[in-house]
Amino acid sequence: VNPLELVGAEPDPAFTVTLDGREITALPGQTVAAALWAAGVTSWRATRGTGRPRGVFCGIGVCFDCLVTVNDRPNQRACLVPVRAGDTIRTQEGTGHGD
Amino acid sequence: VSGRLTCDVVIVGAGMVGAACALYTARAGLDVTLVDRGPVAGGTTGAGEGNLLVSDKEPGPELDLALLSGRLWADLAEELGEAVEYEAKGGVVVAATPEGLTALETFAAGQRAAGVEAVPVAADQLHFLEPHLAPGLAGAVHYPQDSQVMPALAAAHLVRASGARLLTGRTVTEVLRTADGAVRGVRTDRGDLHAPVVVNAAGTWGAEVAALAGVSLPVLPRRGFVLVTEPLPRRVRHKVYAADYVADVASDSAALGTSPVVEGTAAGPILIGASRERVGFDRSFSLPAVRALAAGATRLFPFLADVRALRTYLGFRPYMPDHLPAIGPDPRVPGLFHACGHEGAGIGLATGTGRLIAQVVAGGTPDLDLTPFRPDRFPKEAG
Repeated sequence: VNPLELVGAEPDPAFTVTLDGREITALPGQTVAAALWAAGVTSWRATRGTGRPRGVFCGIGVCFDCLVTVNDRPNQRACLVPVRAGDTIRTQEGTGHGD
Repeated sequence: VSGRLTCDVVIVGAGMVGAACALYTARAGLDVTLVDRGPVAGGTTGAGEGNLLVSDKEPGPELDLALLSGRLWADLAEELGEAVEYEAKGGVVVAATPEGLTALETFAAGQRAAGVEAVPVAADQLHFLEPHLAPGLAGAVHYPQDSQVMPALAAAHLVRASGARLLTGRTVTEVLRTADGAVRGVRTDRGDLHAPVVVNAAGTWGAEVAALAGVSLPVLPRRGFVLVTEPLPRRVRHKVYAADYVADVASDSAALGTSPVVEGTAAGPILIGASRERVGFDRSFSLPAVRALAAGATRLFPFLADVRALRTYLGFRPYMPDHLPAIGPDPRVPGLFHACGHEGAGIGLATGTGRLIAQVVAGGTPDLDLTPFRPDRFPKEAG
């Protein structure tokens, strides 16, 4: 079931953002995490200890598992940050500070 | 486990101090039960930074206890160091002004005479110790003995290593006494624990446990916030703080006092303390306190201005009117011992406290004179 149909949503026109240089489509009002999920991406961070994959866990800003680099700023919570047209999203390795 | 249980020692409080008391009394051959109304490290232990410091202590009984404790922590680190994230990282106390530096160096000279390693660091040498410190500081003193553990892990591992019986989620409701007033155990909400010795290691809540035994002990909560940054590559190598921290710790003011204390952690985030205020057990968030922490830390380490703070936490230090803990037997109640009131130094002082308690519980001579720590040293109900 398409969730947009389920709630009768009529969002404004879609726009594009990039994930590691690849264009993906997002809708106004989505969070970065929602846009990535809609594009079929469920993991966008590697842990700093053992490089294990991470994506959304709690989805409400509490667990800090979904950290991602948006417009060169690392450690943003993908589940809280609204996606904007033209955003440059990058998967994050470790602390995201190039260590 | 319901019903009666008999052992040699009941320790009330499964924080860092209770865990250390359990370890050393158990290693003295006693059968020990550790009881807490919450989980292990659920009080002040779980809300601290895990500092094992000599640098902030003036010569006297607390410094003697810190030096003893530091040696015991180093011994324990041989066994448990990795598991408890023990780091002998050293402390660096910085002075912003020449006057501040003079005062700091005088303070350090007194500490050296008492057995502390305290090495003056000239302004132009500071960046070798801490490359990201702000420019223009007057100088510093390096304290190689300052160390750190992860406090919740440390408490848990010491409890496990002790082999003591651990009863969590069990509230002590009464201290049981014999007809002639001596301790014979505690009553809990799920049965009695019988023992001829009860150790009050209830930290900030030590006054309540003392009151259950019919004695007063003036432990008061002193609130502190810690600000936690996003994880970073290691940029802060030592525990770094401004010289005015020492005066803040020693202050008796109830009003908000903050002095920047900055340290990296093994896990990556930088911890920023330290605020102090006496506002009872109020757990509400304080923007002024946290803002002052952030501003102070950024003055020491300008790069922090661009680092995100992820969260804050708060805790209640067990404050005593004379800033010394209560350690040892309570002459008012035979069989009752206290090991609480360590204010913000309880993690560091836990090992020495546990050792001293084990020695006096077993009837031996303690490594340190316990007179300054006497639990009955306060005039009756001064506050």
